[in-house]
Amino acid sequence: MIATVWRLEVIDLIYLAAAVCFIIALKGLSSPKQARNGNILAAAAAIVAVVATFFNPEADFGHHTTNLILALVAMVIGTVIAVPVARRVKMTAMPQLVAIFNGVGGGAAALISMVVFLQHSQLATKPAVYTIAEGLLGLLIGCVSFSGSAIAFAKLQELMTGRPITYPAQQVINGLVGVAIVALAVATLVTGSVTLMVVTAVLSLVLGVIFVLPIGGADVPVLISLLNSFTGLAVAASGFTLNNNLLIIAGTLVGASGILLTRLMSKAMGRSLANVLFSAFGSVVTAGGGADGTGETRQVKSGTPEDIGVLLAYARKVAIIPGYGLAVAQAQHTVRELADLLSERGVEVFYGIHPVAGRMPGHMNVLLAEANVPYDQLKEMDEANPEMATCDVALVVGANDTVNPAAKNTPGSPIYGMPIINADEAGTIVFLKRSMRPGFAGIDNDLLFDEKTTLLFGDAKDTLGKLVKAVEDS
Amino acid sequence: MNTTGILEFLTIFILAIFVGNEVVARVPSILHTPLMSGSNAIHGIVLVGAMIVLGTASGTAQLILGFFAVLLATLNIVGGFTVTDRMLEMFKAKPADNAARSKSGETEDGAK
Repeated sequence: MIATVWRLEVIDLIYLAAAVCFIIALKGLSSPKQARNGNILAAAAAIVAVVATFFNPEADFGHHTTNLILALVAMVIGTVIAVPVARRVKMTAMPQLVAIFNGVGGGAAALISMVVFLQHSQLATKPAVYTIAEGLLGLLIGCVSFSGSAIAFAKLQELMTGRPITYPAQQVINGLVGVAIVALAVATLVTGSVTLMVVTAVLSLVLGVIFVLPIGGADVPVLISLLNSFTGLAVAASGFTLNNNLLIIAGTLVGASGILLTRLMSKAMGRSLANVLFSAFGSVVTAGGGADGTGETRQVKSGTPEDIGVLLAYARKVAIIPGYGLAVAQAQHTVRELADLLSERGVEVFYGIHPVAGRMPGHMNVLLAEANVPYDQLKEMDEANPEMATCDVALVVGANDTVNPAAKNTPGSPIYGMPIINADEAGTIVFLKRSMRPGFAGIDNDLLFDEKTTLLFGDAKDTLGKLVKAVEDS
Repeated sequence: MNTTGILEFLTIFILAIFVGNEVVARVPSILHTPLMSGSNAIHGIVLVGAMIVLGTASGTAQLILGFFAVLLATLNIVGGFTVTDRMLEMFKAKPADNAARSKSGETEDGAK
C-alpha cells in the first residue's frame, strides 16, 4: 500500500516534469531557432510520460494483463499507421493531415469520457456532480472536434466541395442543435442514463458537422486552428475527469494558445474570428461573382514565355509573389532555379510572402524552405510592401486573392480590409495562372485586367521551366 | 478521489490559460503552421488518459471504447510529432549551412 502511494507520487512528478517540458517546448516553437529542439523536447517528454503510465497504479496494468496487451496492440497499430503517413505526405497536404491528427485526438478524449461514464454508472455510490459534468464536457467538445475535423479534412482533400455549404436559417438551426445538446447533457447528468449519454454524443457529432459546413475556402485553416484549440480543451476536460494534472496543463496550454493563434490568423486576413466562423464567406462572394458575369468578357493581355523571359532578364529588381498554385504545381524548386538564375545575372530578387499564402499561415515558408530558398530572400508582407514600388517586375506565381487590390479600394468587396502584397505598385505585373478561374475567395481580380499586367497561362511548374530557358537564352 | 481536489485542478487550469497565452504571444507568422502542428502533437498526450481508462476498463463495451481511445490518441501523438519535425527540419537546413560556411571561414582565417 505504501509502495503504491510512493509509486503514484513518483509518477505524478514525472507528469509534472513532462508538463514543464511542454511549456518550454511551446515557447521554443514560437522562435525560429528553437522550434525544432522544442518539438523534440516535447516528444521526449511525451514518451517518458507514456512509459511511466504503464507503471501508474491508476491504470493498474499490473493486474490486468488483457488490458495491457490491448493497449500495446492499439499503440503499435497507431504508430504503424501514423509514422508512414506523416513521413510521406506531400507538403501541400499538410493542413489536412494536421486536421485529421487533431480530429483523432478529440475522438480519443470523447471515448475516454464514455468509458469513465460507463464505469461511474456501475458504481454503487454516484460520484460528485462536477465529476460527471467534466466528463460530459470532454465528450461534447471531443465529438465536435472529431466530426468537425473530419469535414475540414474532406474539404481540404477535395473529397467534397471546398465552398461553404449554406441552407436557410443555418445559424438558427445550429443554435437549436447546440441548445438541444446542452439540455440532453443536463438530462444525462441528472438521470445517469447511458442511452441519453450516447444520444448526446451523436448530436455533438452532428453539431461538429453543421458547424463546419458553412466555413469554406481560405477560412478552413483558421477553422483547423480553432478545432485544435477545442481538442486541447477536451483533453483538459479529460484531465479533470481523471484528476490528471498533465492532461489539464497540456490540454489547457493548447486550448489557450490555440485560441490566440486562431485570432492571429484571422487578423492576418483582416477579419474577425466571428466573421470567419459565421459569415459563410465564399458563398456571398460566389453569388456576387455570378451576378457580375462581366469579368469573363473583359480583355486581358497574355504573353509568351520568351517575352517574359527577356523582361525578367533585363530587370533590376524582381519580386516573386508565390501562392497556393505554386505549391499545387510542385513548382517551388523551379521557382528557386529561376530566382538563382536571375540573381546570377545581377537581378535583385526577393520573395514577397503573404501571411496566408498557401493554405495555412506560414505554409509558403515551409514550402520554399523545402526547396532551399535562401532565408534572406524571403520577405514577409510588411517588409516586402515598401519595396514593391521599386520593383520592375512583380511575378505572381499561382497567387490571386493575396494581391487583389479590391482589398484596398473596393469597400463592398468581401476581402475588403485584408492586407495584401502591393503587386499593383510594381512597374510590370506578370501573373502565372492556370486559368481565369478566381482564387479561393471566388472573386474577380481587377489587377488581371490592368494594362501593366501580362498573363502567362499554364501549369506553374511548366511555365517556370520555360521562363528559365528563356532567361538562359536572352 | 477526494472532493477538495477540484479547486486545486481549477487553479492549475486557470494558470495554464495564462501560460498558454503568454508563450505564443509573439510568434512570427512564418511559424504559425509549425506551431499549430506542434501544439496539435502536444494534446496527443491524451494518450496517457486513454491508457489509464483502458487499464481500468472491464467488460466488452469499455474494452472496445478504451482500445479505440488508445489507438486514436496514438495516431494523434505519433503523427503529430512526426509531421511537425518534418516541417521544422526544413527551417533548420539553412542556419546549419550558414554555420558550416562560417565555420569553414574561421578555419581559413585560422590558417592564415
